[in-house]
Amino acid sequence: MPTDPDHRPTTDARTSEEEPRVRFEDVHKKFGRTTVLEDLNFVVGRGERVTLIGPSGSGKTTILRLLMTLETLTGGYIWVDGDPLTHDRRDGKRVELRPKQVAQVRKRIGMVFQQFNLFPNMTVLQNIVEAPVHVLGQSREQAAENALSLLEKVGLRERADAHPTELSGGQQQRVAIARALAMDPEILLLDEVTSALDPELVGDVLNVLKDVAASTDITMLIVTHEMQFARDVSNRVMMFDGGRVLEEAPPEQLFSNPQHERTQKFLEAVV
Amino acid sequence: MFETELFLEALPILVMAFLEVTLVVTVTSSLLAAVLGLVWAIALRELPGALARPLAFVLDFIRMTPLPVHLLVIYYAFTQLSPMTVGILVFGVHYSTYMAESYRAGIESIRKGQWEAAKALSLPPARTWRAVILPQAIRNTLPSLGNWAIAMFKDTPFLIFISVPEMVTRAREFGGQNFSYIEAMTLAGLLFLLASYPTAVLMQKLEKKLAY
Repeated sequence: MPTDPDHRPTTDARTSEEEPRVRFEDVHKKFGRTTVLEDLNFVVGRGERVTLIGPSGSGKTTILRLLMTLETLTGGYIWVDGDPLTHDRRDGKRVELRPKQVAQVRKRIGMVFQQFNLFPNMTVLQNIVEAPVHVLGQSREQAAENALSLLEKVGLRERADAHPTELSGGQQQRVAIARALAMDPEILLLDEVTSALDPELVGDVLNVLKDVAASTDITMLIVTHEMQFARDVSNRVMMFDGGRVLEEAPPEQLFSNPQHERTQKFLEAVV
Repeated sequence: MFETELFLEALPILVMAFLEVTLVVTVTSSLLAAVLGLVWAIALRELPGALARPLAFVLDFIRMTPLPVHLLVIYYAFTQLSPMTVGILVFGVHYSTYMAESYRAGIESIRKGQWEAAKALSLPPARTWRAVILPQAIRNTLPSLGNWAIAMFKDTPFLIFISVPEMVTRAREFGGQNFSYIEAMTLAGLLFLLASYPTAVLMQKLEKKLAY
């Protein structure tokens, strides 16, 4: 499912070809008194695949959740194609956007969760067509046709009428990937998508994702403990510690020649 | 002494009262309570605190004050309403506050990930409620709603306070006319049991059937 990066009408004068897909600017995130992210700045280019690694509590999942607007920024800005996601800067002031405005930009982002989060009251097919019909306004026929071809892609076409509880964890996760792709996102967030799976089911899910990475130009932000997968799909790996980027590099470079002692130790522990 | 003849004589009278009043009030008020309860439960979650807090207070107030008092207050305050209408409204509103608590528990039992998945798919709030949260929450809530309906059914004799001729009122009248209360009252009790017990069994079966 190739996506044309410029097929959406621009909603903001700042949007231009040069704008990165995602820009975190001075991002702050506190949970109560605990600061999780501090003065975080980074950019993800169009079509880039970035893997975030680091010890738990280093803030990498929070980054995905902030992008998906599942958490609220306590400071700074997130820009998507140059458009403000939840907060805009007007006359030098930080202004919170209204839910409707947030929804416009959020539609370009999809997410796959560690716990799949399929809707158990719907069949596999209904799970996938729900948002395309009710958010994008596709016809049921069009959405179902697209859903079936996505199911074909993840190897589950024959399970279209099953309920999620009838599927294995790996199958559920592949449906969840199809569901996210059905929204034709520009950005796909993968939050530890294999962490809840039995080891023998991990391979199928990763193969589906490698296929998606190879056949589309969707920008991906990935949080994973599967270092081989990170090596296979990403162009860049960012090592986080204590809410900061410790170092970043292409995977082969970062994995074979980490600059920081902290990164070395982390890689020794997980590989 | 228990006289079988009086028992049989009371039977058609009480069955009619049961069908015409007790059943009508129970079914109508249960439906009203189920709808209102759902409205309260969603409102408490979706309204801003400044509106949700007063609503929660009113619901607590209704829940924590006796039903017969509500019946009498509304009966005397709105004399233009028929006693039957007052009964249906008061039972419906009173039990909606209990049902709201059941719905709340049902809604809270839905995992956070369901809300997050809906948000990640950009489903608008109304669609999230209708397509994702409520079908799952109501499944969890139905058995409890059934239990409230049975409790309400057993409260229908309170209608005696506002002179609605429900079953126990009629049994008392019948007893007074015949100088013996035991037959008609026993019968009223049996009719309650006959209606409640199968309903309770049905609710249990429903509960099992609805489990994922």
